[in-house]
Amino acid sequence: MLVQIRCKIRRYNPTQDKKPYFSVYEVRMEPTDRVLDLLNEIKWKLDGTLTYRRSCAHGVCGSDAMRINGRNRLACKVLVRDIGEKMTIEPMMGFAVLRDLVVDMEPFFEKYKAVKPYLVNDDPAPVTERLQSPEERAAFDDTTKCILCAACTTACPPFWSNPDFVGPAALVNAHRFIFDSRDKGGAERSDVISGREGVWRCRTVFNCTEACPRGIQVTKAMEEVKRKLLYDRA
Amino acid sequence: MYHRFDAIVVGAGGAGLMAAMQLARTPGIRTAVISKLYPTRSHTGAAQGGIGAALGNLEEDHPEWHTFDTVKGGDYLVDQDAADIMCHEAVESVYELEHYGLPFSRTPEGKINQRRFGGHTRNFGEGPVRRSCFAADRTGHMILQTLYQQCIKREVDFYSEFQLLDLIITDGVCCGLVVLSIKDGEIHVFHAKAILFATGGYGRAWKITSNALSNTGDGVAIAFRRGIPLEDMELYQFHPTGVYKLGILLTEGARGEGGILRNNDGERFTERYAPTLLDLAPRDMVSRFIYQEVKEGRGINGADYVHLDLTHLGADVVENKLPDLADFVRVYLGVDPVRELIPIQPTAHYAMGGIPTDVDGRVLVDEVNTVLPGFYAAGECACVSVHGANRLGTNSLVDIVVFGRRAGKHMASYVQQAGFTELPAGSDDESRRQVNALLSRESGESAAEIREGLQDAMMDKVSVVRSEQTLQHAQKTVRDLRDRFTRVAIQDRQTWYNSELLETLEVGYLLDLSESIIAGALARKESRGAHYREDFPERDDTNFLRHSLVFNTPDGLRIAQKPVDVSKFQPKERKY
Repeated sequence: MLVQIRCKIRRYNPTQDKKPYFSVYEVRMEPTDRVLDLLNEIKWKLDGTLTYRRSCAHGVCGSDAMRINGRNRLACKVLVRDIGEKMTIEPMMGFAVLRDLVVDMEPFFEKYKAVKPYLVNDDPAPVTERLQSPEERAAFDDTTKCILCAACTTACPPFWSNPDFVGPAALVNAHRFIFDSRDKGGAERSDVISGREGVWRCRTVFNCTEACPRGIQVTKAMEEVKRKLLYDRA
Repeated sequence: MYHRFDAIVVGAGGAGLMAAMQLARTPGIRTAVISKLYPTRSHTGAAQGGIGAALGNLEEDHPEWHTFDTVKGGDYLVDQDAADIMCHEAVESVYELEHYGLPFSRTPEGKINQRRFGGHTRNFGEGPVRRSCFAADRTGHMILQTLYQQCIKREVDFYSEFQLLDLIITDGVCCGLVVLSIKDGEIHVFHAKAILFATGGYGRAWKITSNALSNTGDGVAIAFRRGIPLEDMELYQFHPTGVYKLGILLTEGARGEGGILRNNDGERFTERYAPTLLDLAPRDMVSRFIYQEVKEGRGINGADYVHLDLTHLGADVVENKLPDLADFVRVYLGVDPVRELIPIQPTAHYAMGGIPTDVDGRVLVDEVNTVLPGFYAAGECACVSVHGANRLGTNSLVDIVVFGRRAGKHMASYVQQAGFTELPAGSDDESRRQVNALLSRESGESAAEIREGLQDAMMDKVSVVRSEQTLQHAQKTVRDLRDRFTRVAIQDRQTWYNSELLETLEVGYLLDLSESIIAGALARKESRGAHYREDFPERDDTNFLRHSLVFNTPDGLRIAQKPVDVSKFQPKERKY
């Protein structure tokens, strides 16, 4: 059964618009359709100029994070019936808008790269696998789920007020390696995360945890990183 | 803008990044990776169940057994020498991924954990074997993340959100690319000694698919337009367990963990079709079983789907070994897989065919395997061929890792001895004309409507079961759509981040590929693996134990054949 949806979308093309504005679209959708299906319906049937990123359409590639009725969500992982018949869709906050719902992800990936998000272990590798117990593996399981969609970082008030803060997404990925028993990058990584724009900027607002479409306990991960830094210092 | 690199990789999924890693490890080679997405958005990240490798961590296993399963699973259309290389190198490649930091799930002893998967057996078909190395049910995600992380560590140059437009071949040598910067619409020319296409598949030619919206076969279509033949295009896999109506993949790992398929009577219908492997029979077969159940009226409430039953596995297995599956089912269907049955239907999933290559990723341009210097392909866009007529589960990840690695290594040595071939003048003229035409046409056909027509036709006529009649019907539809596409017009005239322009180019790629798929399917008058012809229900080794090649010529499509390597296992009837 189709329902009528009134959808307001924030539009902006910096090469021709002086300031952002809203376009309003009326579309009929199944309640079980994804919000991404609704955006596609608009783009394919009503307005080809509407611009957004998308790829996998089932919440694993991280392309389509955006603000839906004020909350960061993946458009492909939330259904029309979960939002209701009135919808306002805006780009994520804190990064420059390239066009409509597309934000500049370059600074986001720069922050990610800054925490050395890779295994550091220069010991000669064995012929087979490095051993790791299921318990050691479980210590960082949650943070391996990150898809780098930026929903957490762009929901973070300390990041809004200070764009230099590396932000929760980068710290989740630091956690993923700090707590990996195979990693030996402790010292070089902790310089960044304990630095001025590192984990201590976190004010445990929990917006990040609420925003994560993968259900990662983002704030908890940052708390674990803080505790580890303190214990290592002691 | 003009750029010059020794080696260029197009596509930043598993195959592309694995190749980039090998190039980055060789000092002095300048490498760039070009992708229409940010690397971590690539569809490798959607692979769930695992990567097959005969590590033998839980029970006896051997690469030879893996090779046999791959060959039999592919209904003997696999090049056996290539499969043998793949299954042997799978072992060291999985260890290499672990050394890169890939967080595999672990056994109690701390080794990489392994589970059962469709068509993977011990001792040449005796029964299921634990061969799939996994990281929960997000193995592809972890491969993609790990390889991207290692590329960051090695400071690989990425050009993200750059759309491939053309391949430059001059005097029989591949020497460059024409690429569109999505952000500002500028056209760039990349000059290189060697180019690898790792551009993925084209499941978006069908209406119900597990593939990302971006999986539109750009690289394959562009190679085809530039005269490279395509191999075994008619062989396209439908995965049996897609979420009903949405097509989202539910991993075969669910059946590996004990999940069961049931029809409207609650019957485990695989018992009637594949008494040994049951629900873990290869995908082409299980998709056909479902098709048959639906046809005979045993779909759920008479509709075109059946149930995947995980309710007997218990919450612990579902939540811990299949957490992403549980999440998909809850979000998209509102179904709790611990207690309720999951509606599923076959979904367009994987191209066994593609750009013909040798075992080092070098692209082959004819029936006698002539190499096109400087041009490489790996991953789903390529056809080595290790999947033959039907790919086994986990072997897509094996393929990208092993052949991405081999192509990268070969390119690294090739660019050290090869020079740059001069780019011909005006090599980007055609691309500029193509883009300008789309940006300036005032009115015409809608790309979205053409795409919808294509996806409907491919789903109805060119899916699990085919016949001369359905294929000819589809051929006519696609030709009509191609004609309409010559008049396509878009609303968005901006050069700045014009995603409508990209979607329109993608429809063009899908149309070309669909035509080649249908041509291959009409020519293969037999049933083999994923290609099932109602009018030719038997496999015909006398006439069709051959790869098909489709050439794009000025006079239309031309079909040819080339031999299959059967050096290890003689073809037999395929029973499970």
